[in-house]
Amino acid sequence: MSVPDHLFVPMSQSPGRAEQIVRPRLSLWKQAQIRLFSNKLAMAGLIIIMLLAILAIFGPLMTTHSYSKQDLLHGNQPPSLKHWFGTDDLGRDVFARILFGSRISLTVGIAAALIDFFIGIVYGGIAGYFGGRIDNVMMRFVDILYGIPYLLVVIMLMVVMGPGLLTIIIALISTGWIGMARIVRGQVLQLKSSEYVMAARTLGAGSWYIIRKHMLPNTVGVIIVQITFSVPSAIFAEAFLSFLGLGIQPPLASWGTMANDALPTILSGNWWRLFFPAFFISLTMLAFNLLGDGLLNIFNPKQRR
Amino acid sequence: MAQYILRRFFSMIITLWLIVTVTFFLMHTVPGSPFDKDGKEASPAVIQNMMSFYHLDEPLSVQYVLYLKSLLTLDLGPSIAHYPDSVNSMIDRGFPVSFQLGIVSLLLAIITGIGLGTIAALRQNGLIDYVAMVLAVIGIAVPSFIIAPLLIKYVAVEWKLLPVATWGSWKHVVLPAIALSTGPIATIARLTRANLIEVLTQDYIETARAKGLSPATIVFKHALRNAVLPVVTLLGTLLANVLTGSFVIEKIFAIPGMGKYFVDGINNRDYAVIMGTTVFYSALLIFMMFLVDIVYGLIDPRIKLHRKEA
Repeated sequence: MSVPDHLFVPMSQSPGRAEQIVRPRLSLWKQAQIRLFSNKLAMAGLIIIMLLAILAIFGPLMTTHSYSKQDLLHGNQPPSLKHWFGTDDLGRDVFARILFGSRISLTVGIAAALIDFFIGIVYGGIAGYFGGRIDNVMMRFVDILYGIPYLLVVIMLMVVMGPGLLTIIIALISTGWIGMARIVRGQVLQLKSSEYVMAARTLGAGSWYIIRKHMLPNTVGVIIVQITFSVPSAIFAEAFLSFLGLGIQPPLASWGTMANDALPTILSGNWWRLFFPAFFISLTMLAFNLLGDGLLNIFNPKQRR
Repeated sequence: MAQYILRRFFSMIITLWLIVTVTFFLMHTVPGSPFDKDGKEASPAVIQNMMSFYHLDEPLSVQYVLYLKSLLTLDLGPSIAHYPDSVNSMIDRGFPVSFQLGIVSLLLAIITGIGLGTIAALRQNGLIDYVAMVLAVIGIAVPSFIIAPLLIKYVAVEWKLLPVATWGSWKHVVLPAIALSTGPIATIARLTRANLIEVLTQDYIETARAKGLSPATIVFKHALRNAVLPVVTLLGTLLANVLTGSFVIEKIFAIPGMGKYFVDGINNRDYAVIMGTTVFYSALLIFMMFLVDIVYGLIDPRIKLHRKEA
């Protein structure tokens, strides 16, 4: 087929348009959101976490039973319509205790992770930003702390301060911030010497601009991932300590203490006493780990672990 | 190399000294004294005698120096709650048990973890991979103190395959070791899988394939060696997890290991035992991490030990 000559028109040359971005601009958050929504496992984790959070906040309204009221005549009853998850040896409603325990477990996990985050970002940020001798001294200190098995430190602090919710959080923070500080410092050091930060500086960008526009967006992913992983490890540590008898004291309930209390009863066939706390601990750990894995892939596709 | 080892050794000693110091002063801020026995009040003169026997009536600084001195001779002091038992003899009795359990668990974790990770990586996105990774996620999500009672209930009580608890023959080791190693197995399997998948895309694997090496040689001689290197760096941390994790497992299985003495020490406010155990375990773990670092430098020529890594 032949094309008549008059249809050939020189392409218009509008110099301004060549560089124009046609697609809508995607911010960091928008991109992360799109990738998160397409990751089914991570979304499952996120939804489970939300459900658990709703359970922790509104849960105690969902039951008419009290978590601490004893009813010795109706101890160790299997799950029924009256007691959904059965009762424990003192006749306390296991469902109510699970709901109440979710508050404690999530509070410990989230509070510890958030405070770790603040301490870690300040400590690591200062060490990385100033570098040199300050960095050397600060990191040597961290290295020393890092070499100590954290559970021993936590157990010792629990012994010294006496068991309780606040003590658990403080004890967990005392070692938890170290990981965050190391990560933030490593990121800041790496970004400080990266080409695009140098380019920005050459083009006359100020420190604050660089921190806001380059450092923060590039660190934020790693930090979010680290927070997501430190929540379940704090929840695990709380359960572990409660299991050793160093955690929450009765009549308060946490999933760890409930599992510990249930230990002697599994052989007698009262399966519900151990099953429900175990199920919720595992579900929470699973949900946060799934979300963390997903976020790791989203923010850091090159460094998949 | 020698310089690096020397420097690492020096910082190890400083770390230990700091741990001893912090532990010592923390212990003495604990409210209550080891001689508070509710109900059975000893006469003031007896308490005074006991206090002076254990040097508890001296100023804290004197006690501290005394403790450091005895530590230098590797003497961790007498137990307060179980006189004349000494902390050293408790470690003599308890540690071999915990160590045996720890080593078996760690070996189990390394072998199973690397095996599982390798199979998963070689069948990436296949059914085996899927099953292995689901197992790994469960291993990370379900704490050992939940796996242990389940093992007792089914394997020991219902199927009667293995003893329920306590310590003695090799049969007693199996269940606690399995419970203790599930977490590490999952961690190692995931790490091995991710590394192996990455290594298998490298150019030198392509070269090995191009020159006609058998798949087995490629996997075991070229790929796996590089893929498991990061697992070595994890060993120190894993050992720490296994040894402290065994406190709970020892409690569940009624195993007479270090965990028992440590928890007893906490309940009795037995300063000497708590401090002794903490110092002993910290020293052990710090030394293991030191060894791991050196071994890592030896097996991976790309790591230069004399330069401090960022």
